[in-house]
Amino acid sequence: MTSVRDWAEPNPVTENRGGVIGKGVDRYEGALKVTGTAPYAYDTVAPSPPAIGVLVTATIPRGRVTSVDTAAAEAAPGVQLVWTHLNVPAQAPRGTRANPRSQRASNPALGSDRVEYYGQSVAFVVADTFENARAAAELVKVAYAAEPAVVDFMASFDQATLPPDEEDVHIGDFHGAFAAAPVTIDETYFSPIQNHVQMEPCATIAWWEGDKVTVHTSIQMVKGGQHALAETLAIPSSDVHLLTRYIGGGFGGKGQPYDDLILSALAARALKRPVKVAYTRQQMFHGTIHRPAVDMRVRLGAEPNGRLTAFAVEATTHCARAATFTEHAANFSRNLYAAPNRLTGHRLVRMDLPHAGPMRAPGEAPGMLSLECAMDELAEKLGLDPIELRIRNEPDIDPETGKPFSIRQLVRCMTEGAQRFGWERRNPVPGQVRDGRWMVGMGMAAAIRGNFLLPAKAGVRIDAGGIITLRQGMTDIGTGTYTILAQITAETLGVPLGHVRVEIGDSDFPPAPGSGGQFGAATAGSAAFEAGMNLRRALTELAVGDPNSPLYGGPAEYVTFENGVIAIENRSETLAALVGRAAPDGIYVEGSISPAADARDYSQHTYGAHFAEVGVNQVTGEVRLRKMFGVFAAGRILNAKTAKSQITGGMIWGVGTALTEVNAVDPRFGSFVNQDMAEYLAPVHADIVDLDAMFLDEADDKANPMGIKGVGELGIAGAGAAIANAIYNATGVRLRDYPMTPDKVLAGLMAKGL
Amino acid sequence: MRTTITVNGTARTLDVDPRTTLLDALREHLGLTGSKKGCDHGQCGACTVLVNGVRINSCLSILAMHDGDQVTTIEGLGQPGALHPVQQAFLERDALQCGYCTPGQICSTVGMLQEAADGWASKETADLSAPTALTDAEIRERMSGNICRCSAYPQILAAIRDLAGEVA
Ligand code: FES
Ligand code: FES
Repeated sequence: MTSVRDWAEPNPVTENRGGVIGKGVDRYEGALKVTGTAPYAYDTVAPSPPAIGVLVTATIPRGRVTSVDTAAAEAAPGVQLVWTHLNVPAQAPRGTRANPRSQRASNPALGSDRVEYYGQSVAFVVADTFENARAAAELVKVAYAAEPAVVDFMASFDQATLPPDEEDVHIGDFHGAFAAAPVTIDETYFSPIQNHVQMEPCATIAWWEGDKVTVHTSIQMVKGGQHALAETLAIPSSDVHLLTRYIGGGFGGKGQPYDDLILSALAARALKRPVKVAYTRQQMFHGTIHRPAVDMRVRLGAEPNGRLTAFAVEATTHCARAATFTEHAANFSRNLYAAPNRLTGHRLVRMDLPHAGPMRAPGEAPGMLSLECAMDELAEKLGLDPIELRIRNEPDIDPETGKPFSIRQLVRCMTEGAQRFGWERRNPVPGQVRDGRWMVGMGMAAAIRGNFLLPAKAGVRIDAGGIITLRQGMTDIGTGTYTILAQITAETLGVPLGHVRVEIGDSDFPPAPGSGGQFGAATAGSAAFEAGMNLRRALTELAVGDPNSPLYGGPAEYVTFENGVIAIENRSETLAALVGRAAPDGIYVEGSISPAADARDYSQHTYGAHFAEVGVNQVTGEVRLRKMFGVFAAGRILNAKTAKSQITGGMIWGVGTALTEVNAVDPRFGSFVNQDMAEYLAPVHADIVDLDAMFLDEADDKANPMGIKGVGELGIAGAGAAIANAIYNATGVRLRDYPMTPDKVLAGLMAKGL
Repeated sequence: MRTTITVNGTARTLDVDPRTTLLDALREHLGLTGSKKGCDHGQCGACTVLVNGVRINSCLSILAMHDGDQVTTIEGLGQPGALHPVQQAFLERDALQCGYCTPGQICSTVGMLQEAADGWASKETADLSAPTALTDAEIRERMSGNICRCSAYPQILAAIRDLAGEVA
C-alpha cells in the first residue's frame, strides 16, 4: 500500500520542467464547443434514424395509478409504442444487484402502479417524430387514487429522526459551556430547496446490435450508469457500452441514471431501431434530484476575547421515503473553528417530494450559510472584526479529530483577500454607507470543502508517430477534465501538449469514478499520472535495450524526457523515432491510483475566503451585487484558466443561493411551483458584477502524487453567507432565511422603520 | 408543409410537420445540432440563432414562419481551425465550461454586437441619441437572455469586451 511519504518524492509533474502544469492553456475540447461540433448525448448520430420517446409524468405526490387509457395515444399518428406499468418489459426489481460488484443497483422505470412523487414517470410514448410523440403523450389518460402525502417540510419537524448509521457528535460538554458562556449566539438559518438546472436536460440515445446495447447519455459516472442499466435489464455489464463524451453540466444532478437511460434502451430493443429520449425542462425539476431544504440551528458561546468555548451546528433536512439521502450541512463545521465543547448532528424527515440528492458542494453549500453568518453576528456582539474573530479561533489541529492538517491556509486566504478587496473600507457599523437610494455594505465569509482521492485507472498509448493518447472512463462536465488530463500526460511524458490526445467518457476505457465531490481532477488525474509514469518506464526500457537507439545500454536512471525527446545527456532521439523503429505497433500501458493507507491520518481540505459588496435598494428591497472577490487555497493548480472558471462559477452559484434560488413547494400537489428557467432564478449576466478570484500558491503532498486538490465545489462554499453578511452591513437588517428576495428585505427594512 | 430557408448560405427546402420549431428543424432535419435545447420555452437562450442577421430563440419560432429567411447557426460562423472572431475570443477567455450554452452565447454575441453598432438601445443606455458605447453594464444587460448555469459570465464578459474594443 502506498504512503503519503511516497508522494512527497519529486516527480515530473511537481518538477514541471516543461511548464505545462499550471499554465492557463485553452480548453482541450474548446474548439469543438465554440463551433457547436461537440456531440452531446442527444446530438449523437445513430446508425439509423431514431424514434423519439416522451415521458408522461405523475400529477399526484403519493398514491396509486388506478387506470390508464392509452387507446387514443396508441391510435395517434406515428406512434410506435405506449408503455405503462402494465405493459413495460420486465426489469429487475428495484435495488437488486445480480452482480454484487455492480456500482449501482437496478433502477426500473414504470416499475409499478405506485406513485412516490409528483413528476415520476407513469407512461412512455415513442413515435416517429418528436412532434407526434409529444402530442400522443398528451393523450394518455391516467387516473390515480391519491393518498395523504407529507410535502410541507416546516410542518414536519416532529417526524425528524437521526439519519441511518449516524449519531450526533459530542465533544466536551457543549450544554454546560454554552450555559456558562458570557457571550452567546443562538440563531436558526434556513436554506430552501434548490435545483441544479444544468443547461442540458438529461438525454439518452440507445441502439442494439445483437445482445449488446450502445447508449450515449449524459451522466457524470460512467460505470454507475453502465452497471445500473445492466442490472435493470438483467444483462451482463459487458453487453452495455455507455458513452458520455460531452455533458452539458452536471453539478451532482447527473451522478445517477434516470428513466431516459432505461426506457430508451428498452424501447430500442422492442422496436429494433435507435430510440432517443430527453427530459423536458419541467421534467428535470421533478424527475431528477434537487438540493433539499435545510433548517440549521447554530449556537455559539464565546469569551469576551472572542475565543469560542461552546459550538453547536444542528441541521434538519429531508429526503424522499424511497431514496435515502442526507444533506450533511453540519459536517463542514467539524473541521473549521477551534472550540473545546462541541455538538454537531443531523435530523432527517422522510417526505413525499421528488428525490433529494447531491448538488454542488452537498453539505457545505447550505451548511456554511448558517455558521458563517452566525460568526458575523458573534463578531458584532463582541465588537471584533469578523476576520479577527475567525483568526482567534483558528485551530492548530483538527478541532474534532485532533489530526494534523495536511496544509491549511485559511488565515492567509482571509488576510490576502481583505487586502485585495479593500476590506478596510468597510464601516463596521451597519447602515452607514449610502449611494443614492442604495444602502451599501460589505461582508465576508470563510470557505472550506473536503478533499478526496478515490481509486481510479487510466490507460495511455504511444503510437509510431509519437502521439500519446490517454484513455479513461472519466467524464468532463464542464470542469476541464479533458484539458487537465492532457496537461498531466504531456508533463509526465515530457512532450508538447499538441502531441497528446484525450479520450474519455466510455465504459470500455479503464474506469475512473467520474465527476463529483470535487474529487475528479485529483482522482482521474493521479491515475493518468501513474499511467504516464508507467509509460516512461516502458519507453526507458525500450530505448536502453534497443541496439539501434542512441540510448542503448545507458543507465536507465539517467534517462530524461523533454520536448518529445528521450535522452541520456547528449545521446538522444525523438519518442516518435524510438517507437516508430522499436515498437511500430505502439505501446499501451495502464496505471492506477488508490488512497494512501495513511492519508486519513491528516485532516485534509480546501479553503477560501469570500468578500462581497452589495447595494440594497431602500425603496424596492432589491439587492444588487457590486463586487465580489475570493481567495482560495486548493493545492497545486493544474490550469490557471479552467480552475479560475470553476471557482468563479461556484461563487456565482453562491450569489444565486443568497439572492434568488428557491424551489417553492405547492402543498396541494407536492410539486415545485416554479419549474422552468423563467421562474427558477439562476443568476444571469446582469446579476454578476465585478467578480474575481485568485488562488494561493500551494501544494498538498498528502493529497496525491501531484499535490493537487479539487476546485469545483469550494467556490460555492460560504459564498452566499458573505453576501448575507454584506446585506446586514448595508442595512442593519439580519435575514436568516435564504434567498434574500426583495419581499424579505423590504419587510426587514420596514420593521426597522427604514 | 414545405418551407424553404437559407441556412448558412445554402437554400434548404423542408417538408415537415407544421408543428416543427425552427430549432427542431435545424437539429432533427438538417443535422445542425450545434444549436442546443435547454428549455424549449424561450427562457434560456441555448437555441439562439441569427435570422436575417437578428438573434432569436429558435425554439420559440415555428419553421413555417421562416419561408425565405436567411438563418445563420453556430456552424455557419466558423469551424475548428477556422474560428469566427467571437468563437476565438470565447476560447481564449475560457468563456465556456460545459459548452452547452456556448453556441447560443456566441450567436447572441454576434447579433448583439450588430445591434449595438446599429445604435439599438438597451435598459442601460443613458443617451438614446449618442452612439452606443458597449460598457460592461451594456454587455451584461444585452447578454442576459443567455443563461450560463456553469456561470462563465466574467469570462464571457471578458471575451465580448475584447471584441467590443475591436468593433467600436
Ligand atoms: S431552448 Fe430556446 S430559449 Fe431555451
Ligand atoms: S458553459 Fe455550461 S451552461 Fe454555459
